[in-house]
Amino acid sequence: MSVHTEDVVSYDEAIATYDPVMGLEVHVELNTNTKMFCGCATEFGAEPNTQVCPVCLGLPGALPVVSHTAVESAIRIGLALNCEIAEWCRFARKNYFYPDMPKNFQTSQYDEPIAFNGYLDVDLEDGSTYRVEIERAHMEEDTGKALHVGGSTGRIHGAEYSLIDYNRAGIPLIEIVTKPLTGAGERAPEIAKAYVSALRDLIKALGVSDVRMEQGSMRCDANVSLMPKGAQKFGIRTETKNVNSLRSVERAVRYEISRHAAVLNSGGTIIQETRHWHEDTGVTTAGRPKSDAEDYRYFPEPDLVPVAPTRERVEELRGTLPEPPAQRRKRLQSEWGYSDLEMRDVINAGATELIEQTVAAGASPPAARKWWTGELARRANVEGKGVDEFGVTPAHVAELDSLVRGGRLNDAMARQVMDGVIDGEGTPTQVADARGLELVQDDGALEAAVDKVIAANDDVAQKVRDGKLNAAGALIGQVMKEMKGQADAAKARELILAKLT
Amino acid sequence: MADALARKDVSAVELTQAHLDRIATVDGDVHAFLHVDSEGALAAAADVDQRRAAGEQLHALAGVPIAVKDVVATQGLPTTAGSKILEGWVPPYDATLVSRLKAAGMPILGKTNMDEFAMGSSTEHSAYGPSRNPWDLERIPGGSGGGSAAAIAAFEAPLAIGTDTGGSIRQPASVTGTVGTKPTYGGVSRYGLIALASSLDQAGPCTRTVLDAALLHEVIGGHDPLDSTSIDAPVPPVVEAARRGEVKGMRIGVIKEISGEGFQEGVKSRFEESLDLLRDAGAEIVEVSCPSFEQGLAAYYLILPSEASSNLAKFDAMRYGLRVAPEGIQSPSAEQVMAATRDAGFGDEVKRRIILGTYALSSGYYDAYYGQAQKVRTLIARDFAAAFERADVLVTPTAPTTAFKLGEKLDDPMSMYLNDVATIPANLAGVPGMSLPNGLAEDGLPSGFQILAPATKDERLYEVGAALERMLLSQWGSPILTNAPELTGKEIAR
Repeated sequence: MSVHTEDVVSYDEAIATYDPVMGLEVHVELNTNTKMFCGCATEFGAEPNTQVCPVCLGLPGALPVVSHTAVESAIRIGLALNCEIAEWCRFARKNYFYPDMPKNFQTSQYDEPIAFNGYLDVDLEDGSTYRVEIERAHMEEDTGKALHVGGSTGRIHGAEYSLIDYNRAGIPLIEIVTKPLTGAGERAPEIAKAYVSALRDLIKALGVSDVRMEQGSMRCDANVSLMPKGAQKFGIRTETKNVNSLRSVERAVRYEISRHAAVLNSGGTIIQETRHWHEDTGVTTAGRPKSDAEDYRYFPEPDLVPVAPTRERVEELRGTLPEPPAQRRKRLQSEWGYSDLEMRDVINAGATELIEQTVAAGASPPAARKWWTGELARRANVEGKGVDEFGVTPAHVAELDSLVRGGRLNDAMARQVMDGVIDGEGTPTQVADARGLELVQDDGALEAAVDKVIAANDDVAQKVRDGKLNAAGALIGQVMKEMKGQADAAKARELILAKLT
Repeated sequence: MADALARKDVSAVELTQAHLDRIATVDGDVHAFLHVDSEGALAAAADVDQRRAAGEQLHALAGVPIAVKDVVATQGLPTTAGSKILEGWVPPYDATLVSRLKAAGMPILGKTNMDEFAMGSSTEHSAYGPSRNPWDLERIPGGSGGGSAAAIAAFEAPLAIGTDTGGSIRQPASVTGTVGTKPTYGGVSRYGLIALASSLDQAGPCTRTVLDAALLHEVIGGHDPLDSTSIDAPVPPVVEAARRGEVKGMRIGVIKEISGEGFQEGVKSRFEESLDLLRDAGAEIVEVSCPSFEQGLAAYYLILPSEASSNLAKFDAMRYGLRVAPEGIQSPSAEQVMAATRDAGFGDEVKRRIILGTYALSSGYYDAYYGQAQKVRTLIARDFAAAFERADVLVTPTAPTTAFKLGEKLDDPMSMYLNDVATIPANLAGVPGMSLPNGLAEDGLPSGFQILAPATKDERLYEVGAALERMLLSQWGSPILTNAPELTGKEIAR
């Protein structure tokens, strides 16, 4: 399929002329054990159509029953977004045809969302904060998934036939809709990314979703419009659907701003439509025009009784909210004594919880950081994994750190032990025992080695005697070699300096 | 029957076989059944006999066979809702009420005929041909549950299940001289009922006597966690009320707006005679006014099609039931297959209502139609509330006329719709209602007496119904059904 590339102007030029307005709609798949309206399992990646029943298949006669767990997750999300929680709300039917929607209507919420009128403060790179106002967070069910077979692109166009997997049909979704975000100026793409990122952290902290954008458990639709600088009336918007990474959110918004500006500069008008984002080429292409806007014929879902959470329960749920991620990060940074740069590394490595648990297990904050954002992060990066996928636990790291601090292992040996842990050879102590890794504690042997090395390297020794203490490093290296690595480098240094100065 | 089974005068297999024989003899005339499951019914009966012989404590209705309206999902048995679009569909699951029948040990004889998707008042809209009234085979057995009512009236089944969205249990009961109850909305689980209008649909018993209805009501009623609209409370004491049957000191309200104005003469006079009987038995007869009922029909014919248009959207030819290839198109799109299938699979009445409902829900018309109809619904509920302040139960004739002739109203939907004028308000308000035989009208055909009670007070229907039934019995000599004409199976050549 050829993609028609449209004209764009440079981002700077676009921003010099226009004020962007954004609206972000984020769908979050809840990680409840059962679906929104039935007891089916929701495990990701199961064999197609193995997690289905008459209800989520929409068989004649089947009826939905609301999952209380999903409602409570929705309420917790609403509370975490500083929303008001409806005292009484209903589900509605959104009637439209979609190949992978079994009932041909989606059970959703329309004019009565469970949560509304909230906000989320988003920290930006420059240390400032932007307040994103939340219009609503409502509950709905996911659709099934179509697989188009026979074409080259995997899209329906050109496919010979389609297969449908209903495992995803009926998984609970929360749709979080912002109010129009204005005044962002050139920072609009950054704000979009920072908001989705902050939302992801928040929902992860709540423990209600896996928020894996690459697996579709969190998806973002970005609405963008431009208005001439200083204007009050919003321009015509486009909606870029299903953007599935933080980086893409930023790029897609940026692209749409440049594209809109080009259209407007040439005297054209923006067509109100949905757009598809192409990760590979970094452009959006036209989807379905809103001019043949669908009439969803919403009406209250008669198969479900209204949802009316008691105020007591809402307050109980408020009590279960975790510390807001941004606040928590600031607290941990100060507790651990990390620099801003170190803390950013930790966050980027997704290691905040791991470090917290590692410190709790007894490791020092610098050691915990060093392991998780250093050695393990490097290896994870090479192997294309997450740092939490090696089978290395916070307890392992804490144990390893205590072996180093206790003087049993040096850094090089500790790295070897970590290799063993990753290879499944056991706990750090077990690995060290099995591999015979242990610093030689016999000072006599060390002293003998030091004497031997000094004698053999008189030129270097002389430099140290002359006050060039850095030269001791070369001697330490020799001592380590002599001791086959099983020496305490700090102790060797002490001895060398003692003998030469 | 239940007593005879308990005394072992007759076995469940004998009883079931007798009904299967009767079906074989007369159903060619009546066409009450769309599907008969001799094998399954006899197996279930044999199981009951075995358990009874082993001394197991069984449910009172264990071994009593039953017929189930074809709109109710039955695992392993075809379920079509009277529509071509579901021809051959065999549900992989049982409706909750069917599970309860099975748990009580009641053999299921088969599935009864009905207007397509329960849309109609005569069973003439069945895609599989009409059922006929055992009292006069030229006449309709009512609708949409004409099959269930006719099966009872023709002695093809002692008990049956119906569903009532606007009167589809009560109006057929009225025109076939049988008893039909629509419980309080949510009193019987809707899980497994192919939905017509979710906020109105209610399953209930079709029987020959009030006590039978109570016994069956008790089996199928009660909370179901699979239906969030089902009432989370025990079944009202209906059997106790049916055994007692007492009206002394009760206030019985006659709804002024539906008390016989424009009703057939014989229907009207039977109704008034029954009021006299009730008065003589010590009931206080009061007149109540429910002015909003006049708009009930209009509201009903907006809400029902609106919900139906959404409920029927799932019949898209893709996953089950009928699939028709459009003519003259080489490789048709999914939409073209869907359109061709719906064209072939849905009857005129269904299409009419889907279009009506789609229109009523569309943006720009919602407030004027669906929204207004919901307001009327609230007014009707208020009328009921006010009327029940003054009376313990409300009564009306069930249907304006006795059974009309097949084809008579088929081309006049409005006149067909008017048949439900007395039954619809109960569905809009969710209150329970019962129709019981009220003697024969001047044309020798049965008429019905309707009792309505406040929501969740279903026992009052049985209390009053049983009392009136007893009085009418002494007047008519025997259950009026035994006055029904003999069916030989040869009256109409098929």
